[in-house]
Amino acid sequence: MALLSYREAVAAAIAHEMRRDESVVFLGEDIAAAGGVFKTTGGLLEEFGEKRVRDTPISEQAILGAAMGAAMTGLRPIAEIMFSDFFAVCWDIIANQVAKSRYMTDGQFAFPMVVRSANGAGSRFGAQHSQSLENWAMMVPGLKVVAPSCAADVKGMLCAAIRDPDPVLFFEQKSLYGTKQEVPDGEHVVPLGKAAVLREGGDVTIAALAAMVPRAMAAAEQLASEHGVQATVIDVRSLVPLDTTTIFESVSATGRLVTVEENPRLCGWGAELSSLVAEELFWDLEGPIVRVTTPHIPLPAADNLEDEVLPGPARIVEAVTKLVD
Amino acid sequence: MTDQQINSETRLRLYRLMRECRELEQRAYDLFMQNLVKGTSHLGLGQEAVAAGFGAAMNADDYTFCTYRGHNHTLVRGVAMDAILGELMGRECGLMRGKGGSMHLTSVEHGVMGSYAIIGAHLPVAAGAAWSAQYRGTQQVAVCFFGDGTTNIGAFHEALNFAVIWNLPVIFVCENNKYMEYTPIEAVTAVANPAADRASAYSLDPILIDGNDVELVYRTASEAIARARAGKGPSLIEAQTYRHGGHSRADPGKYRPDEEVAAWKARDPLDAHRAKLVEAGVDEETIDLIDAQVMSAIDEATETAKASPPPPREIAYIDVWADGGVEWRC
Repeated sequence: MALLSYREAVAAAIAHEMRRDESVVFLGEDIAAAGGVFKTTGGLLEEFGEKRVRDTPISEQAILGAAMGAAMTGLRPIAEIMFSDFFAVCWDIIANQVAKSRYMTDGQFAFPMVVRSANGAGSRFGAQHSQSLENWAMMVPGLKVVAPSCAADVKGMLCAAIRDPDPVLFFEQKSLYGTKQEVPDGEHVVPLGKAAVLREGGDVTIAALAAMVPRAMAAAEQLASEHGVQATVIDVRSLVPLDTTTIFESVSATGRLVTVEENPRLCGWGAELSSLVAEELFWDLEGPIVRVTTPHIPLPAADNLEDEVLPGPARIVEAVTKLVD
Repeated sequence: MTDQQINSETRLRLYRLMRECRELEQRAYDLFMQNLVKGTSHLGLGQEAVAAGFGAAMNADDYTFCTYRGHNHTLVRGVAMDAILGELMGRECGLMRGKGGSMHLTSVEHGVMGSYAIIGAHLPVAAGAAWSAQYRGTQQVAVCFFGDGTTNIGAFHEALNFAVIWNLPVIFVCENNKYMEYTPIEAVTAVANPAADRASAYSLDPILIDGNDVELVYRTASEAIARARAGKGPSLIEAQTYRHGGHSRADPGKYRPDEEVAAWKARDPLDAHRAKLVEAGVDEETIDLIDAQVMSAIDEATETAKASPPPPREIAYIDVWADGGVEWRC
């Protein structure tokens, strides 16, 4: 075990996979010589050289197109899109090309590729550099979509994503980059599609993703100590595949579900999960399903305004106590 | 490479490939008018020389990337006619068993790495396949075909710059057929030659050729491919040609002046090449025999495709994922 930050776990995973598989290559803006604008990829150029770790121009369509072309011809590319907001300028390659080309060619292609991106708010970057866009990807058939909440999962899930035979969109939450955790040395692979039960309690299930996970955990501690409410907290981790087995088992037991989503209100992953639970677990429920999300607004930049709109422990506690009462 | 270096076997092959393209497209049009081809169809009638010239110059393991107007480029790589017609008709014998349709013909085993229906998308993808060939040291090249309209979309410029800075073995081939769908390309483009005039922006030589001269296309293709294989990087070729028909479906292309259409039809690439063959001493019977063989093959392929059943409904529910499945939850 080693104490690694969430950002250090990114480079650790990529290095681990590049050592074991020559077909793994890595490209993106400022990822090589500069070590990444979030300092997530330092040391990779030095260890693996410029043939495998390549800086690109600011050309997101070229980055993802190149990754797609490489993946369909035998490589396992990892592409970085610096901020997930930039998916808006290259979404064609993701949604129209990579996601559909296996299906529409009757299975002639496979795309073993990973697209990593810094996602989410908390860094006061304003509306165009702070969005949580995992739901954009979740709605497109053909994409696997994951978002780790801690350093150990960054390493384990990124290794799994690189080995996966399908395209994986890997959303890193940029406000978590500095958080540290003990991470297993060497081989550490966390299978995609497995939610993690972080805390067990019988009164309510709180499902959260990425930066909302530590906030849900803080809320759960407060609910226990101040309100006598015992919450199960589930880190969803993977939106596609979605681990409905683990989540449903918990919701069946507690009878209550609260989702905590960083995305704006409409069509967040929690809406899909709510719909599934309403359809399939309706008779196990003891109250309405409640979604805690950012309001349906673009994100403001100022400290107090950003803090105001993002779901935090206080809003989660309020939602849960209202539900349980 | 001089005229004399194209041997007679290759000259006849170029003719046969063009004839196959011409008659297959004509058959596709007829089947569309009979409502046996549904959806849409973008024909390359009149543009056969570009596909044939490149197809004859490529190695079997090279990569082709084409657009929704990609039937010719797919056929010249050796893909079976019944598989192409079957795909257009949505039959089980189709190249992708009806899951892709006319705009997405793909045959990985023939190096046809997809037909792309969003303008510009495949230029960076072709660069990626070329990067992969470069990385793996295989000597393969990627040839990427697109229309004049593509030169005005961002992906064109991103891919050109990217291919040059990484010195990739990719050949970008602009088939300038003068019309961006229904609009004359000159009306919406800042330069006269939409690809060639942009080459210098990417430190490439401007290459502007008569895309209806199949031997010139073949020679130009051979040079660019040799250059890419030798590690000398990408090329951008603008081949001037003309669509005999409209943009898609049953579009009669009436937005084009009659005299312009007539002038280009007088420069039909098949007629021109046939005349050249005869001039070089090939007897008419040899050429007529090729024509007859092609027609017979197309008739046979048409019957095969017509006799093929619709694809089994179960295949709608496979192959989203590499394991063959479509499941999104576990």
